[in-house]
Amino acid sequence: MKFGKIMLIGTIALSAILFAACGGRANRSNAIQISGSDSEVNMVQNLAEAYMAINKEQSIAVTGGGSGTGIAAMINRQTDIANSSRAMNASEIQQARDRGVEPVAIPFAIDGLAVIINHELPITEMTIDQISKIYQGIITNWSELGGPDLPITVYGRQSNSGTYVYFRDHVVKADYTNNMRNMNGTAQIVEAVRSDRTAIGYTGIGYIVDKDGKVADRISVINVALDENSTAFSPLLKENVESGDYPISRALYQFTNGMPEGRILEFIRFELSPEGQQIVANAGYYPIGEKYLQQLKEMGIIE
Amino acid sequence: MQDIRKIKDKAIRGLLMLAGLSVILFLGGIFSMLFYYGVQAFKEVSFSGFFLSTNWNPSGYDQSAYGILSMVVSTLFVSLGAMVIAIPIGVGTAAYISEIAKPAVRETLKPIIEILASIPSVVIGFFGIVFLGPLIAKTFGLTAGLNALNGSFLLAFMALPTIISVSEDAIRSVPEEYKAASIALGATKWYTLVKVVIPAASSGIIASIMLGFGRAIGETMTVLMATGNALRMPGNIFDSVRTMTANIAIELGEVPYNTTHYYSLFAVGLILFILTMLVNFMADRITQHVGRHKL
Repeated sequence: MKFGKIMLIGTIALSAILFAACGGRANRSNAIQISGSDSEVNMVQNLAEAYMAINKEQSIAVTGGGSGTGIAAMINRQTDIANSSRAMNASEIQQARDRGVEPVAIPFAIDGLAVIINHELPITEMTIDQISKIYQGIITNWSELGGPDLPITVYGRQSNSGTYVYFRDHVVKADYTNNMRNMNGTAQIVEAVRSDRTAIGYTGIGYIVDKDGKVADRISVINVALDENSTAFSPLLKENVESGDYPISRALYQFTNGMPEGRILEFIRFELSPEGQQIVANAGYYPIGEKYLQQLKEMGIIE
Repeated sequence: MQDIRKIKDKAIRGLLMLAGLSVILFLGGIFSMLFYYGVQAFKEVSFSGFFLSTNWNPSGYDQSAYGILSMVVSTLFVSLGAMVIAIPIGVGTAAYISEIAKPAVRETLKPIIEILASIPSVVIGFFGIVFLGPLIAKTFGLTAGLNALNGSFLLAFMALPTIISVSEDAIRSVPEEYKAASIALGATKWYTLVKVVIPAASSGIIASIMLGFGRAIGETMTVLMATGNALRMPGNIFDSVRTMTANIAIELGEVPYNTTHYYSLFAVGLILFILTMLVNFMADRITQHVGRHKL
């Protein structure tokens, strides 16, 4: 009899939990939800913490997962702000419209994308064309670039990453070789390049440089030239990225559903303020330039 | 008084039946959802383009491709590799525990094997990245250890508890008379084990292997972390591979809803579901076979 009672109570409790889980989405808290780009997640976390230190009543939850994940979450109305290290593509915009979501793109930082190789390789410079050929699987041995006779092991991100898409569309300009190892996050690329003496990878510059501008151990950052006749520039120098001399730089975005208002707008204004931009710089990225600031003024996001 | 007890009895019986039926309901629900979404992928993708092509590139630079062949091969490749490693160790351990080990040793080993089964897969994957990968790279003179072999080792490790405990049950249920007869005929203990006990328990052992295989095919996090996820067709055990499970895990988070890409991920899930169901079904048939013919 006792056993029966326990089973009965157990069954009822289980059904109650199931029902509660189904209805869980109704009560939404007052916290600002931010999700998306893994390149941006640490920086936005720092911005959120600084903001919460000033505005004690506001709470902000920042998660990663990749730009595509953040954009999908915004389209499905599961996040307030989507971090994305690339612009939205046509089919995503169409999808959003179909669901009554009006995405607004807000650039808030500049990122130099670094091409990194293992420190044992004696190569310091590459052209965009050479990098593209390596990632397409046309150049497959380091000797073709004047290095040792070793095969090239190509590391990249997975397709949910904005860096994956940006790098493919702006540097490789073709499909990646299907020999590329698709790593689950920037940290794994950096880890692989460190331990594999034939490795090449790419990463946001903020990920491998600390506050004092020191590069992570056992990694060389490649100086990149636009083509054979141009000079190669290092992304480690702020001027090179800000001036656009370093050829692989991009704007980092946040997307909102419709023009941001209220507490979300206030947070975005904080990010764009001199104080917020200082946090951006401390995280290893570059402040948004005059061109984008003008654009943001026209949009009415800043005054 | 009697009536209330009867009603209570009936109510509880009904609730328990409901609980039992809900399992079928869930399974049916999952299958129909996978089927409903998965089939829609074939509105735009041809059967040959899906099953026979090795090119999977849904968000391609120029055009999309939805070929799953290299993923299916990779999945079977890694899982079969895991079985090659796990079967001798698993069956050997089972034979040791049930036939050779002293009771004290047996009672220590069994709970340890159960703990093995409860290690989260993400922990095993992490172990693959930081320890086993570099070890494999060093041992075989490779540049990187994130490959099929790494995945096979980790999956073998994860399939072992299933293989050991089911095999052990099978070996233990071989009647004493068989062994006694063999020993009485002058056979050694080793000969008895290899020629009498293990063959008599073979159906159960095969079932345990099938269950372990099913576990290996369906495992996601470990292979996602440890195999490098390159999309091409694997040529040897040192190549990086992407399994069907890893592919779904990588892409389902970013995919826009109700697109061909979305549906084709469900189609991959459907293939995976059918594959594991077949393996489990075969294991189940083999165990039932044992039940009927035993003595």
